[in-house]
Amino acid sequence: MRRLSRFLALMMAVVLAGCTKPDFSDAEKTTIASLALSSLPALKPDTTNRFADVPVAAALGSTLFFDQGMSGDGSVSCSTCHKIDRQFQDDLPQAIGVGRTNRRTMPLAGVARDPWFFWDGRRDSLWAQALTPLENPLEQAGNRTAYAHYIKKRFGERYERIFGPLPDFSGMPLNASPLGNDAEQAAWSAMSGPQRDAINGVFANLGKAIAAFERSIAPAPTRFDRFALDLATGAEPKGDAVFSKQEILGLKLFIGKANCVTCHNGPRFTDNSFHNTGVPSVAGLPPDRGRIDAVHQVEADPFNCFGAYRDGDVSACGELRFMVKDAPELVRAYKTPSLRGAATRPPYMHAGQFSSLDEVVAHYAKAAPSVEGVSEVHPLELSERERAALVAFLKTLAE
Amino acid sequence: MRSVRQSVVCGRGTGLASIWRYLLAGLGLAALLVGILAVVFLTAPRSSLPAGPDVSRTKNTANALFVASFAPERGVVRQGELQSWLLTLKTKAGVPVEGAAIAISGGMPLHSHGLPTSPQATDYLGDGRYRIEGVKFTMSGWWQLHFAISATAGSDTVLFNVVL
Repeated sequence: MRRLSRFLALMMAVVLAGCTKPDFSDAEKTTIASLALSSLPALKPDTTNRFADVPVAAALGSTLFFDQGMSGDGSVSCSTCHKIDRQFQDDLPQAIGVGRTNRRTMPLAGVARDPWFFWDGRRDSLWAQALTPLENPLEQAGNRTAYAHYIKKRFGERYERIFGPLPDFSGMPLNASPLGNDAEQAAWSAMSGPQRDAINGVFANLGKAIAAFERSIAPAPTRFDRFALDLATGAEPKGDAVFSKQEILGLKLFIGKANCVTCHNGPRFTDNSFHNTGVPSVAGLPPDRGRIDAVHQVEADPFNCFGAYRDGDVSACGELRFMVKDAPELVRAYKTPSLRGAATRPPYMHAGQFSSLDEVVAHYAKAAPSVEGVSEVHPLELSERERAALVAFLKTLAE
Repeated sequence: MRSVRQSVVCGRGTGLASIWRYLLAGLGLAALLVGILAVVFLTAPRSSLPAGPDVSRTKNTANALFVASFAPERGVVRQGELQSWLLTLKTKAGVPVEGAAIAISGGMPLHSHGLPTSPQATDYLGDGRYRIEGVKFTMSGWWQLHFAISATAGSDTVLFNVVL
């Protein structure tokens, strides 16, 4: 009798233990596995930058990334906004360089895997991206001949060991750029074609060195990845790989009813594309139409993949070649950001419109219409408990 | 289930008879639950999902002018990557359609957005096969690719569904 009752109690304990184990369908398990960092393929070579995987180039790029001399007034470096101890972002709604910009600083983990750069994709390679803030009057506010002179003076030997001899700068203006102020633009126009090309070549190499450094910035495994790995292998989750009921509910919502995974897919939680999700505009900032205006900018960029400063052949330029140029859905479309680490880096969206994940989830549930163009988001019935669960799950991507 | 365990735990100190009474009640409830679940599962319709879109890779064009086939050049569809596909055009009699002008559009009908790229017919490979470059599916779900075909035999359209 006693043995039987003990046996029954044991059976019930087994059944109960089974009940608390996460229960996922095969389809859910496949989706969860596709989100795990372990399914991230090796970083592909960047044939448009032949220095992308050259260690000395990355070392110079690292020096330049943290060097405040790489700015018009000597006060701003890439790292001013891309802070190394803050996921390479700055926690501000809009970045502040030499001036105040109109966009949120993007974090850099895994950035070398992006096909498009900036929130609107106005650049098509990591090295072309790195050049843009250098000449933006609100960011590093320099000009390309000034950078070339600075490099020769400060890092000439290191530069030449990697990229070969610097051009002869005699007779070249100290400050000139096609994007600068009136005087700088005039000075640029007065330069000869070969002079401009020589300066552009040096300038492009600076971007290639910085890009080589940035390729090393990779996302780190999180609690979610440990959980996903155990789920895939059937191992018993241990320690922080154990998900609470709330976190499991959040994960199920994320890949199910809440449709987050539609755009936030793959191991980087992004489809690398652009969407209008009805994110409101910010009062006081200049008009911002997102991707639709970036199309012309990337086409006009002399450092784009079709330009003269690309290494390798044109077969690497598929994204630019097959770019959508004029669809209505490009209006106020912004890049899907990776959600890895997002929980610990508010504020959110392209101009820091939301100060918490609760606000982000509320925005997507409400699906307010876009101020311009059409939002792709549909309203969603989510209880308080479900919203909290989604936020709890997002936190597992930052622990 | 939880109440069963609580019954067992609570019953432990109050004598054998009461343990059995609780256990019996617990088992009775469990049997009832199994019965309800069985009824639910057995009476559920065999297929609760609506029939999906036609995903055949070979079909007649809208006005039956051509037979079109559409398949990834390397055999597999990869989400999130630029890929080349092959559009093969033949007449009903099986003669390859050469020199066709092809315009491509498409999107996700349930998401009311177009394609994330602008695929183009970039090469004619012979035997009615056209290389379509720049195809990219950025998310899972139901995609549509629409081809407007113009050849000496006339103009026609064809729509292919791709479900990821």
